[in-house]
Amino acid sequence: MSINEKEITDDLFLPADSENGTEAISRPTITYWAEVWKRFRKNKAAFIGLILISIILALAIFGPYANEHGYDEQNLTRANLPPKIPILEQVSWLGVSGTDIQGIDRYKESGITEYFWFGTDNLGRDLWTRVWEGTRISLYIAILAALIDLIIGVVYGGISAYYGGRIDNIMQRIVEILVGIPSLIVVILLILVLQPGIISITLAMVITGWVGMARIVRGQILKLKEQEYVLASRTLGAKDRRLIWKHLIPNTMGPIIITTMFTIPTAIFTEAFLSFIGLGLQPPIASLGTLINDGYKLLRIYPHMLAFSSIIISLIMISFNLIGDGLRDALDPKMRK
Amino acid sequence: MLVTFLIIATFTFFLMQTLPGSPFNDERLSESQKEKLYERYGLDEPAPIQYVKYMANIFKGDLGVSFQYDGRPVSDIIGERIGASAVLGAQSLIIGCMVGIILGIIAAIRHNTAIDYAAMVIAVIGLSVPNFVFAGLLQYWVGVKLQWLPVAFWEGFEYSILPTISLSVFVIATIARFMRTEMLEVLGQDYIVTAKAKGLNQFAVVMRHGLRNAAIPIITILGPMTVSLLTGTLVIEKIFSVPGLGEQFVKSIMTNDFPVIMGVTLFYSILFIGVVLIVDILYGVIDPRIRLSGGTKQ
Repeated sequence: MSINEKEITDDLFLPADSENGTEAISRPTITYWAEVWKRFRKNKAAFIGLILISIILALAIFGPYANEHGYDEQNLTRANLPPKIPILEQVSWLGVSGTDIQGIDRYKESGITEYFWFGTDNLGRDLWTRVWEGTRISLYIAILAALIDLIIGVVYGGISAYYGGRIDNIMQRIVEILVGIPSLIVVILLILVLQPGIISITLAMVITGWVGMARIVRGQILKLKEQEYVLASRTLGAKDRRLIWKHLIPNTMGPIIITTMFTIPTAIFTEAFLSFIGLGLQPPIASLGTLINDGYKLLRIYPHMLAFSSIIISLIMISFNLIGDGLRDALDPKMRK
Repeated sequence: MLVTFLIIATFTFFLMQTLPGSPFNDERLSESQKEKLYERYGLDEPAPIQYVKYMANIFKGDLGVSFQYDGRPVSDIIGERIGASAVLGAQSLIIGCMVGIILGIIAAIRHNTAIDYAAMVIAVIGLSVPNFVFAGLLQYWVGVKLQWLPVAFWEGFEYSILPTISLSVFVIATIARFMRTEMLEVLGQDYIVTAKAKGLNQFAVVMRHGLRNAAIPIITILGPMTVSLLTGTLVIEKIFSVPGLGEQFVKSIMTNDFPVIMGVTLFYSILFIGVVLIVDILYGVIDPRIRLSGGTKQ
């Protein structure tokens, strides 16, 4: 009834005003990676992880130069000194006042006026320098292993998925067999044969480590290559090389980065583990693993030797795991708000 | 499966052949004595013949004899050492699964509360801190400082507590995280709403309807879990001086005792392959959806 009462005029049938801005993009456009970064920053835990890793990295790079001791500089007159840090030495419960667990000030006893921030080991080597030197080597091995894993994994997985068919079949059988072999045992056997060293440890980890990356890349590319935009690009005459490098690999970046972030702590753990069972780097070179192993020998009397290397390896592992978790959430388009 | 095993056996054998050290590298031994030793352990024959003999013996359950322990059969050594490792592994797995599941459920029920966050912080720490660091911490605080529990050796139940805890931390953390994710997903399903609507109390809903469905995927991580436990026993047994298989393995590596290294390697591989197979079968048994679709898990 109300309809009838209303007067129908011509201007009711004019096209709606399209210039009032409802269709305009009001927010600034933002690239994929900028958005990932934005989401990542909101994740407090992951961000703390990132800061921790930055600090540890900086210390690993510059730490050994903070005092004048070399990592292999032995001096038995100052062996087994507990840690002593200026200012913090006033706080008794921190255990950095230069007294050992019997409560004797070892610095006074041996007449040493210098401060050894992390103490010294049983050969009188400065632990501050050794710990950061060790962190550097551990991180180096881990990052190198992760990078090689990444390259082999991406190439192998990419070829396998992209060409498909028989090549894929053969390549996947190989992967299946490799997955069936407990990787740890292969690593141990290889180190036995190759003799411990930075390169051999890295190689041994890579030989079994790339499989995970290859599987993830393959799965991702298998999914992507059926998508319309790939078909469109192909229709426009794009060659395989262009398709792989411009479309498939960039879109696989997310999972690749996440996998790498989880590979690094695993590699650090494996290296430490190998050192622990006596297959690690040979002295005087230190890695976090060999430092922890050395620390165990004197755990009862000089716990400080184990403490610092353990704390740092734990912090590195926690940080990388937090960053990995954060990235996984940030890169997941489903989390987009 | 058999193929995998054969490849591992072959691979191990030839790696052992290329090893730089020799078990009889003692300078006091004269050439003729060395020759005799080599003959006794069958090392004088060319590698291919040794290989065929070794492979044939494996299928008879004969893993050769140890160099270090003066000709004791490797299978004996494994048999004698496996007990402690098995006890340790089983205890950690059981405790780890139980605590992990409970932690995961609590975190899921109290989603986005302080309890949830605390549980997840524990999980991340447990996942990240290497077990040998954790073992050192326990050994120092509980064993040396507080003197509540023995620091090392293997003479009774109380000796197994610290190693078990050190080993189970990783299991707890992994399972708790997994359980939480699964439980959150399950709790959002329609059948949970139905169960609640029927008037069941929360405990029954979570235990009878939630847990059963959420627990299925946990079986899939039992495979990797066994591997990490194996890795764990190598170090933990060394730290706590437990006379287990892992400790023996580490010792054999140090002394170039090839037959024992090979024997234990093969034993671990069989264990690993076996666990993967059992997990595959169990998965079908427990989840009828997979059985009905008649397919392999995908």
